[in-house]
Amino acid sequence: MRVAVVRFPGSNCDADTVRAARQAGADAFYVWHRETTLNGADAVIVPGGFAYGDHLRAGAIARFSPVMAAVRKLADAGAPVLGICNGFQVLCEAGMLPGALMRNAGQRFLSRPVTVRIENTDTPFTTAYANGAIFRMPVAHGEGRYVASDAVITDLEREGRVVLRYVDDNPNGSVNEIAGVSNPAGNIVGMMPHPERAADPALGETEGARVFESVLAGIAHSSGGPQ
Amino acid sequence: MTRFDVLVQVMPRDTLLDPQGQAVGQALTALGFAGIGDVRVGKAVTFQLDRPDEDAANRDARAMCERLLANPVTEAFTVVVEGAT
Repeated sequence: MRVAVVRFPGSNCDADTVRAARQAGADAFYVWHRETTLNGADAVIVPGGFAYGDHLRAGAIARFSPVMAAVRKLADAGAPVLGICNGFQVLCEAGMLPGALMRNAGQRFLSRPVTVRIENTDTPFTTAYANGAIFRMPVAHGEGRYVASDAVITDLEREGRVVLRYVDDNPNGSVNEIAGVSNPAGNIVGMMPHPERAADPALGETEGARVFESVLAGIAHSSGGPQ
Repeated sequence: MTRFDVLVQVMPRDTLLDPQGQAVGQALTALGFAGIGDVRVGKAVTFQLDRPDEDAANRDARAMCERLLANPVTEAFTVVVEGAT
């Protein structure tokens, strides 16, 4: 089971993400953004950071990197694709997820734990959670306020595509406390919190590990067993 | 072929909160400037563009806004094209 973690100039959560995926049992590896193939990956993670220095808008330039055509192709084939933080911003800019992430309502860059609830356990990144599971993960972003048109928000809510929601407090002013969403098929997921930073007892939180365990279990299942 | 000067202005949509504008408004008030109303912060992009005529320059500049310079979900844009003198 092979998991590609895309590296852009400015990615900074790539190593943590590879580590968390490996800890869950994946054969995880880096793919440089200039590459045009994903080296046989079964799933892709676009990690956090500041790809291209967030020039113009977060994710606006990264989506033109050659590797994104390969990511889109794999996603179109139904493979799991996860964007974390800046990766979520990249997937929104690429039109692979709806909406956009704007500057935090409170004007500050936030780097702290938040409490989130799993709203949909049918995505490849959330099957290992109990529905409604509440736990803590860190956020670290200046632009995490999720916005979309009213029509898109209505669709997301009705179709159960809000995957993750902030509870207790809304750190960035996101519409409907949305912390993560999926595409209509459910195989592409984006989230602002960092599961890879909540995936080891040494980090104080471990529930984020289930994101990586979920994708492993799903792919092992769909291909008839662990590979 | 004529060289045109293009000015693109990109602004956060009116219906969306602009915390950056709020911060600037508060700072201006703190400096003692009275009567500051709603402040919004956007960005300007300028470039030169070689096109046969102004219509073509306008059309292509707008296409650039739609595909890259502005995010249609969160931002509105205006395009001003001027013939280079």
